Amino acid sequence: MPEGRTGSQLDRNRSSLLVQAPRQIAGTALSLALTFAGLTAVTFVIARVMPADPVLAIVGDRAHQDVYDAVYRELGLDQPIFVQYLRYLGQLFEGDLGVSIMTAQPVLVDLLRFFPATLELATVATLLGVLGGVPLGVLAAVRQGRWLDHLIRVIGLFGYSVPVFWLGMLALFVLYAKLGWVAGPGRIDIFFDGMVEPVTGLILVDSALAREWEIFRNALGHLVLPAGILGIHSLAYLARMTRHFMLEQLGQEYILAARVKGVPERAVIWRHAFRNVLVQLITIVGLTYASLLEGSVLTETVFAWPGIGQYITSSLFNNDMSAVLGGTIVVGVCFVGINMGSDLLYRLVDPRAR
Amino acid sequence: MGRVVRSVAAMGCVVALGLVRAAAAPPDDIFVMAKDVGDVITLDPAEVFEFTAGEIVANVYDRLMMFEPEHPGQIAGGVAENYAISDDGRTIVFRIRDGLRFHSGNPVRPEDVEFSLERVVKLNRTPAFIVTQFGWNAGNVEDLIQVVDARHLRIEVTEGLSPGLILNALSAGVASVVDRELVLAHAADGDLGHAWLKTHSAGSGAFRLGRWKANEYIALEANPHYRRGAPAMRRVFLRHVPEPSAQRLLLERGDVDMARNLTPDQIGALAEHADLAVDSYPKGAIVYLAANAGHPVLGNSAVVQALRYAIDYRGMADSFLAGQFAVHQAFWPAGLWAGYTATPYELDIEKARSLLEDAGLEPFDVRIDTLTSSPFPQIAQSLQATFAQAGIRSRIVMQDGRTLWPRYRARKHELIIARWSPDYMDPHANADAFARNPDNRPEAGLAGVLAWRNAWASEDINAKTIEARDTRDLAARERMYQELQRRLQTEGPYAIMFQQIDQIVRRRHVEGFVSGVNFDHVYYRMVTK
Repeated sequence: MPEGRTGSQLDRNRSSLLVQAPRQIAGTALSLALTFAGLTAVTFVIARVMPADPVLAIVGDRAHQDVYDAVYRELGLDQPIFVQYLRYLGQLFEGDLGVSIMTAQPVLVDLLRFFPATLELATVATLLGVLGGVPLGVLAAVRQGRWLDHLIRVIGLFGYSVPVFWLGMLALFVLYAKLGWVAGPGRIDIFFDGMVEPVTGLILVDSALAREWEIFRNALGHLVLPAGILGIHSLAYLARMTRHFMLEQLGQEYILAARVKGVPERAVIWRHAFRNVLVQLITIVGLTYASLLEGSVLTETVFAWPGIGQYITSSLFNNDMSAVLGGTIVVGVCFVGINMGSDLLYRLVDPRAR
Repeated sequence: MGRVVRSVAAMGCVVALGLVRAAAAPPDDIFVMAKDVGDVITLDPAEVFEFTAGEIVANVYDRLMMFEPEHPGQIAGGVAENYAISDDGRTIVFRIRDGLRFHSGNPVRPEDVEFSLERVVKLNRTPAFIVTQFGWNAGNVEDLIQVVDARHLRIEVTEGLSPGLILNALSAGVASVVDRELVLAHAADGDLGHAWLKTHSAGSGAFRLGRWKANEYIALEANPHYRRGAPAMRRVFLRHVPEPSAQRLLLERGDVDMARNLTPDQIGALAEHADLAVDSYPKGAIVYLAANAGHPVLGNSAVVQALRYAIDYRGMADSFLAGQFAVHQAFWPAGLWAGYTATPYELDIEKARSLLEDAGLEPFDVRIDTLTSSPFPQIAQSLQATFAQAGIRSRIVMQDGRTLWPRYRARKHELIIARWSPDYMDPHANADAFARNPDNRPEAGLAGVLAWRNAWASEDINAKTIEARDTRDLAARERMYQELQRRLQTEGPYAIMFQQIDQIVRRRHVEGFVSGVNFDHVYYRMVTK
């Protein structure tokens, strides 16, 4: 009886799903827990074994020994390293990331301020990279060997090999200092700072929500150059990779078959070849986005952009280990989140992955 | 058709770029500086010991004694209207100015001064030594600082110090007067308001702290009721721009009024700019080479003397240090009371060689530690080149301060090139660091003392330093410090090389910025545009 067989099959599938779903969730949770335990442990140990002195970051090099000793004890450095680590984990579970030496603020407060700046920059840069790089890569593959392909490859080579900070300085000099087309370093003119209630921390979004279009325009003016510079870098990389993936697909027999069957060229390229490179592209775009979310230190320095990269780097230079650990956790969360997002997207674009 | 589309797209891009250019020059009542303010880690005057934070504290708090911007070289009463010193010099009674108010509106009373000084001693952060040298400690400070009446405060010192030294020390940042009521209202866990005051202000100075956004800016708001009149600038911003090139571009575009960290070549390039002006201010910071006397070769005073002759002071000052450092060879800066300006050393390779030969030394190897930041690497390279001519092979190791300072404090260096800035405006501030080492044993751990770090001590110099510290006759005291400096030039483990000159570049219409000799004598209240 077909209905009976189908019914029992469905039942089996359901029960299999019911068994698998909690297992998958438990597996993911365990994997996440291990990832973060490893991340915090490695960062913590590296921080403690570095030949640098976190006490001097607070008291300065001229401190008398009694002052030094008092702060040493205040920081708990007189305890064994595993005790220090367990204490840190205990605080972490209570949502306390500690207080930053550099800013005298709770690390969580700092992260809520610095991360949105990087998120805004990285998102716009990635969008520019994807919207420019992917079509250029497809175009180069389709026009392989022709002048357009050569031009796109040169652009790709240039964008990927030129140091971002140098390009940033050059762009600042030409577009800001000489031509005055864009606003200069910083996230916003400081006179506007604090005039919009932070809701998301993303100035463009917050100013749009508040309908403060003057502030929106000012923030956009500051964002366009650093995002453009990082975008060029992403664009170059994505164009090269897209071209490579597309050339692989365009050489396949199924493409030849589609052409022989008279499928229009546009459909061959976009519906057949491009769909098959999507999974690889999602991986590449995800990794590019994650690396930008990590914070582009040089770009943030050149453009005086108060982002997470500058925060972690300056914290590292000042031995501000609570801040470094907090920043590392945020970066870890970004990578894990983007990986999970990529997995979900694979399932959407590729039925075989479901 | 395609060409039309491309042209429209290009025009669209240009229009879009034009639309987003929205930055504007600072308004006439707002003063914006581009500066690397990444060194700020606290704004509590009991703890501040960094350059930028010292500058902020100087503008936000009035101190008991002060160096006012109108006369930056002359000590005067700040919160104190005047003072009376007892015959034995151990008691000073200060009369507090009438009618002073904190930014909160609270009156400034002797109780606030008492609380501020006691707080420094009890918190015992790095700059506390400036007042604990008076013999104050957490156990006795409440007895030694007493409110006399509604206008007077009495302080006693247990050491027989020169009153000049005491008054100068009470002009340092630790003598900033904080609003007792406001601070105690924010105290937690017996911290005397320390955690709160790190990021807030409670002063009576020309400005109050508006906001400190680390890695972005520090904003100050004018105090309209300031005792010497309201500042012309309603707001002052120190905008964090760590990259000097970005500072230059911002200044040239007029988006900031002043750039504070430009390099000598950038300043040279801007010198002829029609809209910009360059100002130079001699500072108290000195750059020196120190030799660890615990080293088997460097412990020989003839070697240190040879090193002094193997340095091209003039060559460096006239080339890569031009405009930002001047040759100076004594531990107390020129231009200050008791400053000593003799420069007996210049590059003389033959003399350096002969000194080494007379000491019976073969060519030797030595390590030079220094900082990675400019101009230290360039100075180290110059020294390496001229030392080689004298037969001294050197290896330069550049490090960030976080690894260099622990090494220096642990006496693990051989030669080190470093910078020192006075903690307060009395020559004892530097004499106590360069000349005096009361206990040279490693276990003494006097890591804040340069002489100890370099394992060098002289009983006679120790005694002379204390004698100068305690002498009440000003002329005699000045002579003593000059003599100490002269002796250190030949007896000490140092080759002092340069005194820093602070160069700022401003928009030409910005005037009235004052940068005194000490690192925290920088004032904004006279700035006009």
